[in-house]
Amino acid sequence: MNGMLGKRAISSLVSLLALIVLVFFLSRLTGDPAALYLPVDASEAMRENFREIHGLNDPVIVQFGRYLGDLVQLDFGESLRKARPAIDVVLEAFVWTLWLALITMTLVTVAAIIVGSVAAFHVGRPFDRFASVLSLIGASAPDFWIAIIGIVVFSVSFGWLPTSGTGTIWHWILPISVLFVRPFGLILQVVRGSMITALGSPYVKTARAKGVKNRPVIFVHTLRNAMLPVITVIGDQAAALLNGAVVVETIFGFPGVGKLMIDSILQRDFNVILAAIMVTAVAIFIMNILIDIAYALLDPRIRT
Amino acid sequence: MTDHLLEVRDLSVQFHTAQGIVRAVNGISWHLDRGETLAILGESGSGKSVSASAIMNLIDMPPGEITSGEILFEGRDLLKASDEERRRLNGKRISMIFQDPLGHLNPVYPVGWQIAETAMAHGRGKAEAYDRALALMERVGIPDARASMGKYPHQFSGGQRQRLMIAMALALKPDILIADEPTTALDVTVQAEVLSLLEELQEETGMGLLLITHDLGVVAEAADRAVVMEGGLVVETGTPRELYHNATHPYTRKLLAAAPGKGAMREPEDGPEAILEVRDLKKDYGGFEALKGVSFDMHAGETLAVVGESGSGKSTIARLVLRLEEASSGTARWKGEDLLTKSPRQMGKLRRQLQMVFQDPTQSLNPHMSVFQIISEAWVIHPDILPKARWPERVAELLDQVGLSPEHAKRYPHQFSGGQRQRIAIARALALEPDLIICDEAVSALDVSIQAQVIDLLGKLRDELGIAFLFIAHDLPVVRDFADRVLVMQRGEIVEQGSVRQIFEQPCAPYTQRLLAAGLDSDPDVQADRRAARLALAGN
Repeated sequence: MNGMLGKRAISSLVSLLALIVLVFFLSRLTGDPAALYLPVDASEAMRENFREIHGLNDPVIVQFGRYLGDLVQLDFGESLRKARPAIDVVLEAFVWTLWLALITMTLVTVAAIIVGSVAAFHVGRPFDRFASVLSLIGASAPDFWIAIIGIVVFSVSFGWLPTSGTGTIWHWILPISVLFVRPFGLILQVVRGSMITALGSPYVKTARAKGVKNRPVIFVHTLRNAMLPVITVIGDQAAALLNGAVVVETIFGFPGVGKLMIDSILQRDFNVILAAIMVTAVAIFIMNILIDIAYALLDPRIRT
Repeated sequence: MTDHLLEVRDLSVQFHTAQGIVRAVNGISWHLDRGETLAILGESGSGKSVSASAIMNLIDMPPGEITSGEILFEGRDLLKASDEERRRLNGKRISMIFQDPLGHLNPVYPVGWQIAETAMAHGRGKAEAYDRALALMERVGIPDARASMGKYPHQFSGGQRQRLMIAMALALKPDILIADEPTTALDVTVQAEVLSLLEELQEETGMGLLLITHDLGVVAEAADRAVVMEGGLVVETGTPRELYHNATHPYTRKLLAAAPGKGAMREPEDGPEAILEVRDLKKDYGGFEALKGVSFDMHAGETLAVVGESGSGKSTIARLVLRLEEASSGTARWKGEDLLTKSPRQMGKLRRQLQMVFQDPTQSLNPHMSVFQIISEAWVIHPDILPKARWPERVAELLDQVGLSPEHAKRYPHQFSGGQRQRIAIARALALEPDLIICDEAVSALDVSIQAQVIDLLGKLRDELGIAFLFIAHDLPVVRDFADRVLVMQRGEIVEQGSVRQIFEQPCAPYTQRLLAAGLDSDPDVQADRRAARLALAGN
């Protein structure tokens, strides 16, 4: 198992390195930083001075080395708009996003497994049909639309929930509910399909022939096998949330990474953008390793 | 009311499918007594497994439906019992083992727990269940049982997995054990061991054993009585000897006639030059030597059988010669040219002379292509063989040659039976007019009567077209009827080679002797002699 995790960690590190290279060179393609950062009417001398200070006149490879060195020390430079280290700004926002993703995915996973398993056990019956329709709607409804409807109904009409911001537990309910819908629909589908396959498998037949009761047949024999493909989708969906739920965070004024990225892009706060990309990349890298560990824990065949 | 331990009376089961109602069994009756072994003999689709599933309450309803009959266990009708009552019987009073032990063991739990679960599901304490599991694993011959309890199914061999299934089924000393093709997936020497184990355990516990099989040899070896099924009906019942010597129903006679290993043996002719010369062929899989230096010659028009058990390296030879995998070292000269050093392009051209037919025609034929497309694809790849205008004519000819009709060209693989699919695979191989066809277990997955037909077809093609066959098989009787010469392989080495007569009548290598002794004959008297010989070999 350690060997397998080691290999996966190394391959993930290689991807991370590739991302670093890509980010560095792509950001150089957006144009001359001196032109971007300085006011339009800055003189050529000011621009030259700016390039000198920021080492933009050095050969690209030297700049890249310096960039790498800074990365290792988590030094992404200052945020231009907030006048604080960019990494601090990003980490602050990331904690919000992490909580949002964690709570949402926990709820989604539990709900999708329960509803999907029950639907699989009653294939073709009313509950299964209802769950399928629900998941189709969930998987296909656009989140901005759900968000707006949510605000109109629960905040404006009934006045039960705040429209935006943070502060109380009430502020979390709408963003979480909106983010819940799509992953729930998708994961529910996968759980249902995977459970149907597992319920029809030979080892379930064996368990029945042994006289095992229905409940352990489903929750002991079937569910653990059925979870293997589900975990992959959970990882996928969680990664999307960790990247920052851009639309939902913006609509609800939620101070997460997604909103920070949009704000930074609009304000050309490049250091913050680069830091945000790196932080979310590392988070996804860590999450993939967690997924691999979960896989190995569930399936002994992968451990060797 | 009844003296029988288990009695099935007038049982009818049907399944509602997209194609309409399928009557799987139609008013069948049979009974099983304590200490007795009853075989249900039949080919695929005969309904032989359906009554077992009905006994174990394993038929999904819907789509299944039991339309009539009774299943009396100690005089009580199981079909009138509640699901919970039947669950209490399953595993405790009536147990079942299956053909494919790898699929039927849960891959994610340790085997010790899985065996103990049988006892725990019926209310035994954890400690007691585990003690019992350990004792059972020792009893069925799992080496180092205590450490093996924590291992997972994929860490055992096929034979060991079936032993684990048996341990699981016998955990609570049931009155009845139902074994559904328990040895079909196993090597012949392992099959003999598993059957002996079942017999010993039956003697110890006095249970009734219901043995579902397609193999006349298994019936001859193990059964006290047999029920022959065809198309959902019981066509004949009797002891193995009665059935073998005095079968009255035409279907039973057909089955007996189709059993391989009874025909005349072929005498290889010396003379034609070798077309394939394999020298010191080796294959290494990361330190594991699958082939340890194999050398042999094949002559034009000759049938060379490669026999051996799983893991002997017999299929590896085929894959290396056809360059489906790369050899670690050695040469394979085809008409003087070494196949193993050809570029992919050169090899592509040579492939038309060397074709292959695989074991499972369901998987080796593309389900999205019609039979016409499957056969004519060869000419798309090798356009010089045949102008496109002549394709329909030639496809019809090939289909005729393999015993199908030209109208079949428009159909898709799923519309055919297993035997017909294998005929399509053969027609596909013939399309390139090869000099050599490699058959990798090409008839192993087929029913006995179908198997006989396909072997007949191959024999006809050999005589008419002079095609040479490299015939890879584990089934010795088929090899005896079909091959000119035989290579016997064990653990990546050839332990013996010779003419088919020499191998079958005067085997020299101890392994060949063991292999032959472990094979099951459909004649109960021959089988009794073999069993004695096997026990003698085991004694030495």
